[in-house]
Amino acid sequence: MISQLSWKIGGQQGEGVESTDRIFSTALNRLGYYLYGYRHFSSRIKGGHTNNKIRISTNPIRAISDDLDILVAFDQESIDLNAKELRLGGVVVADAKFNPTIPDGIEARLFAVPITAMAEELGTSLMKNMVASGASWALLGLPLEVFNKAVEEEFGRKGAAIVEKNIEAVKRGAEFVLELAGGPLDEFKLDEADGKQKLFMIGNEAIGLGSIAAGCRLMAAYPITPASEIMEYLIKKLPKFGGTVVQTEDEIAAVTMAIGANYAGVRTMTASAGPGLSLMMEAIGLAGMTETPLVIVNTQRGGPSTGLPTKQEQSDLNAMVYGTHGEIPKIVIAPASIEDCFYDTIESFNLSEQYQVPVILMTDLQLSLGKQSCEPLDYGKIEIKRGKLVSDVPALEGHDLFKRYELTEDGISPRVLPGEKGGLHHVTGVEHDEVGRPSENALNRQSMMDKRLNKLNDMYIRDAIRVDAPHETPDLLTIGMGSTGGTIDEARRLLDEEGVTTNHVTIRQIHPFPTSLLMPYLQKAKKVIVIENNATAQLASQIKMNAGFAEKIKSLLKYDGNPFLPSDVHKACKELSLDGNIQRV
Amino acid sequence: MATFKEFRNNVKPNWCPGCGDFSIQAAIQRAAANVGLEPEQLAVISGIGCSGRISGYINAYGFHGIHGRVLPIAQGVKLANRELTVIASGGDGDGFAIGMGHTVHAIRRNLNVTYIVMDNQIYGLTKGQTSPRSAEGFKTKSTPEGSIESTLSPLEIAMSAGATFVAQSFSSDLKQLTSLIEQGIKHEGFSLINVFSPCVTFNKINTYDWFKENIVSLEQFPEYDPSNRVLAMNKIMETNGMLTGLIYQNTTRKSYEDLVTGFKHEGLAKQDMMITPEEFDKLVAEFR
Ligand SMILES: Cc1ncc(C[n+]2csc(CCOP(=O)(O)OP(=O)(O)O)c2C)c(N)n1
Ligand code: SF4
Ligand SMILES: [Mg+2]
Repeated sequence: MISQLSWKIGGQQGEGVESTDRIFSTALNRLGYYLYGYRHFSSRIKGGHTNNKIRISTNPIRAISDDLDILVAFDQESIDLNAKELRLGGVVVADAKFNPTIPDGIEARLFAVPITAMAEELGTSLMKNMVASGASWALLGLPLEVFNKAVEEEFGRKGAAIVEKNIEAVKRGAEFVLELAGGPLDEFKLDEADGKQKLFMIGNEAIGLGSIAAGCRLMAAYPITPASEIMEYLIKKLPKFGGTVVQTEDEIAAVTMAIGANYAGVRTMTASAGPGLSLMMEAIGLAGMTETPLVIVNTQRGGPSTGLPTKQEQSDLNAMVYGTHGEIPKIVIAPASIEDCFYDTIESFNLSEQYQVPVILMTDLQLSLGKQSCEPLDYGKIEIKRGKLVSDVPALEGHDLFKRYELTEDGISPRVLPGEKGGLHHVTGVEHDEVGRPSENALNRQSMMDKRLNKLNDMYIRDAIRVDAPHETPDLLTIGMGSTGGTIDEARRLLDEEGVTTNHVTIRQIHPFPTSLLMPYLQKAKKVIVIENNATAQLASQIKMNAGFAEKIKSLLKYDGNPFLPSDVHKACKELSLDGNIQRV
Repeated sequence: MATFKEFRNNVKPNWCPGCGDFSIQAAIQRAAANVGLEPEQLAVISGIGCSGRISGYINAYGFHGIHGRVLPIAQGVKLANRELTVIASGGDGDGFAIGMGHTVHAIRRNLNVTYIVMDNQIYGLTKGQTSPRSAEGFKTKSTPEGSIESTLSPLEIAMSAGATFVAQSFSSDLKQLTSLIEQGIKHEGFSLINVFSPCVTFNKINTYDWFKENIVSLEQFPEYDPSNRVLAMNKIMETNGMLTGLIYQNTTRKSYEDLVTGFKHEGLAKQDMMITPEEFDKLVAEFR
């Protein structure tokens, strides 16, 4: 019996790779396994190799694995490209249609199943996904009833006949492969899962869900990979809560519409990736200057320019931290798990109103799109905090205006919404006085700049850094952000077995930088390695600039479009612990 | 009930004496009072330019945004609280150059926002460069030999983008302008009102006298039917875009707010933000 296993399906984009993965993993989720998915795709709709990999485990996992146990291939290209990942004794289930072969030098068992032929026999080649997933399921020796139930739910809406056909396809795929293999494969027999169904979702869905919980009722956005799922999720849900999603003409419209709506009192967000973030820069300054709450989700992908639109990267850090001209207060939060995506979204909306600042919630492609198991989300933790939003304020006298930008101790001024009788005031991106009227007075300028820029002094989000520090003075301190945490954990487990002691910090509050929280861990570590998916060590630069320790901070960088593998991190940490030098991946 | 005086504040506009924008400010104040608004029920969103300062000169909720983005901001305000009357206002550069993309799409979207363009055929604030509204051959600091690009016709563009309310006026004609703004506010959908507003400092060609000589008021054509799209388009072309009055109105198309599924009549900003445990469970159940 084994506790975990990796499965991958490959084929041409648009031929059912996605749906095979979906149905297979939904059924596994039913049984209570922990799952972690990775989608390899290109920015084409039809054609082009694509593959989905899932890791299945009886314990929580948050990383893809280096190797592979089962590869399902719809074409020879999928075998040629992916067979090298197969571990010794791995299995390939391939469509008999193309006379599959295993490349030289790779030892794997091949089961050629007439996937397309069986599907066509049942009426349509669309059912390839059912034959393939049925065969996979059977090899693992898992109960077929559970799988059939998932099929029923997927196709129930389309009527009993369709359900039956699909179940038949599953059965045929299963029977055929069992015949070839002589029954389920013992070496792939998974320990029983805990039977507790987890949530199984992508980061973008968790963000969408979190925003509804946070009271967000409007979203303005322009489609882009890998952010679009957020708007697609919300357009299905928001109408039930009285709200809607507007697909705008561009990201400038999206962000300024969000600013207008937030000004008028509705929590509104926009979401994009690098190219859209670049277009939003001027408006981010407007939100900062006018102290208008704003939540922007930036799902990072490979840059610069159009870059690698469907690939993993974490290279917008500088743009988010420094972006917009002039100087404004801004919060940048990096969720590091699906659960974080949910709770951090709620916190982003709260902070944006409490501090009256723009908040950027940054994910990366792997966190946004990788489908993962997620612990139950707690309704009890949902809180809506609107800061100094006031209503029913006293009537104004004469030409008085409401002091929307009143100079206060903490720099945060009372805020009223348009419509409020005693709340009339002016808002402008021009430097202004306490009632919002343009002013070039030097003294006023200085007080207003200080007021705005000091608002975030000592502001820490929940778990601004997340620490796992079992050692007083570790050989190594690993530091990461976003989706890389699980991978780093796995590498650390290996290092631990080899006697290299490590502590780990995930930076979740990217800006303002949580220097004082991080300081003690930097001090105690012999060496520090900052692991990030970019070429110029942007996170490491933040650490060095804010906390120092430049001499002991090294970087592990990967910017080939792929997420780190545990082996990448393990190797680099090992080298660093031995001689202090590491290679870029 | 508020009179136009309640829409005045004590800020002295920094426009040049004689600038057309003064009358547009007055017309908005009068129209707001005439349709029975209170200052707090009105939000004036403005762009950047000499014209953009207008939101600071009207006693109402005012938002002075960034160059070219007045319309998305105004639409955001309206979506958040449809009980507010939203007027968007800015210059010809703001709306027809840097913000042209938003103008066309705001027209298509048809939210109930009244957009008043203060069209002086030049960039005033940046001290006299050409605008998309400048005539061919027009000499400015950025076109010393005369503009060689064709003049943009906002009325034709609005018509072809599916506008439901298109009007044009002249800032000196306070009566017509006030009436058109009132009609625009009452119109259920997006209203575009382009207003000739002479820049006395940088535009020595399109002066008050020039406009008086060249504009054609639709009042001269009592039989004119503003519900006829073809007629409207013809009239715009016939007059080379120099006509004033209500050029086109479509009262049958519903506003965006009325077409959005699930959108209530009460302003969204006033609605409950917290979802119930049952609603939450239902949302979460989809991910099991
Ligand atoms: C992004 C950006 N680009 C340029 C400017 C400089 N700018 C301010 S107003 C303006 C043009 C003003 O012309 P118009 O919109 O016609 O307004 P007017 O001053 O004529 O009323 C320009 C180019 C700016 N503020 N922002
Ligand atoms: S420069 Fe022209 S547009 Fe600007 S205030 Fe003076 S007259 Fe008016
Ligand atoms: Mg102008």
